[in-house]
Amino acid sequence: MRSNLATLRSDVELSLAGRVVSPFGYRDRKSVETVLTGIPEIDALAGGFPRGALTEICGPPCSGRTTVLLSALASRTAEAEVCALIDARDSFDPRSAEAAGVELQQLLWVRCRSLDQSLRAADLVIQGGGFGFIALDLSDVAPETVRHVPLNAWFRFRRAVEDTSTVLLVLEQESNAKTCASLVLRMSMKGAKWSGTAESNANDNAAGINTAGILRHSHEFLAHGGLAQACLPHARLLDGSDVQAEMLHTRIQSVNFQQMQNEFRQAQNGPVSIERHFAGRDFANSGDGFERSTTQSFAAQSMWSYLHAMPVEAKLK
Amino acid sequence: MSFAAIHIPDFIVQAVVRGEAALRERAVAIVDGTPPLWSVVAANRRAAQVGIELGMAKSQAAQFTGVEIRHRLPAQEKTTHEALLDLGWSVSPWVEDSVQDTIVLDLAGLRSVFGPEEKIAHELAKRGSGLGLSARIAVAENIEVAILAARGLPDVTLIPPGEEAKRLSALPVHTLLPAPEILETLTRWGVESCGRLAALPVIQLSERLGQEGVRLHTLARGALVRSLVLAKPSDNFQEEMELDDSVEELESLSFVLGRLLDQLCERLAARSLSARSIRMEFELERSFEKGLQLSAHADQHKLIPRKFEKILTLPVPMRDSKVLLKLARLRLQSAPPPAAVIKIVISAEADRVRTTQRGLFLPASPEPERLELTMARLANLVGDANVGSPQLMDTHRPDAIRMERFRLAQEAVGGRRKKASAPGEKDSSAARMTKPANGFRLLRPSVPARVELRDGLPVRVFFYGSSGEIVAASGPWRTSGEWWQDPWEQAEWDVEVRFSSSAQKNKRSLNPGSERGLYLIYYDLRQQGWFLRGMYD
Repeated sequence: MRSNLATLRSDVELSLAGRVVSPFGYRDRKSVETVLTGIPEIDALAGGFPRGALTEICGPPCSGRTTVLLSALASRTAEAEVCALIDARDSFDPRSAEAAGVELQQLLWVRCRSLDQSLRAADLVIQGGGFGFIALDLSDVAPETVRHVPLNAWFRFRRAVEDTSTVLLVLEQESNAKTCASLVLRMSMKGAKWSGTAESNANDNAAGINTAGILRHSHEFLAHGGLAQACLPHARLLDGSDVQAEMLHTRIQSVNFQQMQNEFRQAQNGPVSIERHFAGRDFANSGDGFERSTTQSFAAQSMWSYLHAMPVEAKLK
Repeated sequence: MSFAAIHIPDFIVQAVVRGEAALRERAVAIVDGTPPLWSVVAANRRAAQVGIELGMAKSQAAQFTGVEIRHRLPAQEKTTHEALLDLGWSVSPWVEDSVQDTIVLDLAGLRSVFGPEEKIAHELAKRGSGLGLSARIAVAENIEVAILAARGLPDVTLIPPGEEAKRLSALPVHTLLPAPEILETLTRWGVESCGRLAALPVIQLSERLGQEGVRLHTLARGALVRSLVLAKPSDNFQEEMELDDSVEELESLSFVLGRLLDQLCERLAARSLSARSIRMEFELERSFEKGLQLSAHADQHKLIPRKFEKILTLPVPMRDSKVLLKLARLRLQSAPPPAAVIKIVISAEADRVRTTQRGLFLPASPEPERLELTMARLANLVGDANVGSPQLMDTHRPDAIRMERFRLAQEAVGGRRKKASAPGEKDSSAARMTKPANGFRLLRPSVPARVELRDGLPVRVFFYGSSGEIVAASGPWRTSGEWWQDPWEQAEWDVEVRFSSSAQKNKRSLNPGSERGLYLIYYDLRQQGWFLRGMYD
């Protein structure tokens, strides 16, 4: 196998001689500085958000896009960076943002009423310069409307942040920037988590009901005579949700990728075949010719505003 | 001890020319008086050379080709005099405000800062030029000698001690500013120069001209000694301009504003100050046509104000006239004057120059001037109230926030900005937040919804033309905020909704293409209806 590979490699090099210089030579791409998103799973998946580039986060409503946005804002404002949020539909909730750790006085919030306003506002903020993190929130704009944004608008945004240290993040329902985006993540909600008090859980257990957090309609149990006591909704709390992030496209060479390249070179010269070396790993073709993991899941936790008024000891664990 | 006198020749002409730089190389005549009896009250050297004389009627002066005729502008003269004082204070803290066109500076102690007196004099001339003033400078050890030399001798003059009488001898006697009858007497005697006056015997002169004659004799010899009468530095920075024709277009107004801001910023720079805020007052034209139409409705006269004012409050002291002009234009674009403008007054609240101490390890932040421009442009685009930093109000009322003006953080210690949190708070929040917080999106305004209840529990919800089954719910949680004023008026529910397949295909749906969603709905007890407050995203 090894000799076949070596022969194949020399054949390819001979046929491309004079046209391509060292086709198997490793070319260092321009290193891209990335920043942490505040969610370790996404940082491990994508390496963070790239500076000087456009990142898209897409997904249907309730898929976790705002979770990622707030986490990134919290992470950037904690580093004393000045951030801007262009809110196309005025749907930003400062209360939940503060609970997520965002320093609101370091956030410039632009409340727009239309897609056109938000694109022009984004243009102004990017041209103004000096912002470490700019988020353009088009999550609540209908996808068919965002599709009409011409590609040169995305290209212009990308060019405007290139050679700067600004992270430009766009939240949408579907990806529109195509190759202008250096990183595209698609979010989806896997499931919600509900928790109850010990009493309501005990009642559920006694009835043999799965208390994984999903409340069954109390009327069903009463109708079927399942329970003497109903699982009352006010005994339950929305604990959070499980979110999955899928990396659709990236131009960032992550550390994992470099490590895999080294492994490939070692495998070429090693005793074990390449197939056996990489067997069992979950990869998908990223288009670079190397395969890497493309999905990660994480849990998001609800922040109930009433908890802020309660003493720490009284809070649910 | 030396004194420097700064004199502005043809002061009335220079006051007008300062506002119109194009006139600097032209022949200019200034007219004043009661219309239609305008007469020439001042003219520069070029105008005098072509034949313009003081007292000439305007119509006569208009017959000379190449002569620009302008009306006298007292307001401009006042601001020019203030600029002259700023010029003096930019070099020395001891300034005497002698007359409108002349000031005197004490140069004591300035050698170590500016160099020898000749250099100081040239520096004064250069700075004056920057302020739009063509000044004559004279330096002498006697105050009156310096004033006379500045009035009578061109450019920069240095009079060494002991040579006062010699240098003043050639000056015409009217330089001493004698009373008209004394000047007439001296002219009749043939005394036309200071030297000739100084040569007259003082006792006989006093017998004929009195004490005034003795004073003039002492002045002409350069022997009159007195102290400097110090003027108090003014914090009034104001420039104004009366327009010959009313201006309505913003472009033309910007041109005038730009000129005034340039002059203002030069004056601020001369005093090493910056502007904390800029106040723009526009005097508006009263339209006769409008007056006739509105005569039947007397109260409507009051609808168009006589004055229109705009104040630019700056986040940091600035004196970049280009940035200030852009900010002024943006402000006027959003709210232009309601009528044509006939007079503009711009004043600045002065403050010390901003000193920025940046850290090596601090992340980059926007430049204050550029940020202010960006904010102004954003305010023009989306409205003043929709740009800024959100501030939470101390209430549990839903969506109780206030928009504050966005400011860059001032504190930066050790490369990181301090967070205002107590140690206990920080520990508990860190213990709570082991996972990322579930984001929440608010709908402004809340969307009306229809909810099917069964045994008091929500089981189905309809909004945005879609319907979904509620598979899980938590509530009701009563809320309103400020319960001591209003009763608990909203009952909130966190619900997990599973959408039907037809709802998933509905493009108007809030959740197209998605099977499930987490929402917050509430029942409003006052409006007796259900609403969708937002979604967990």
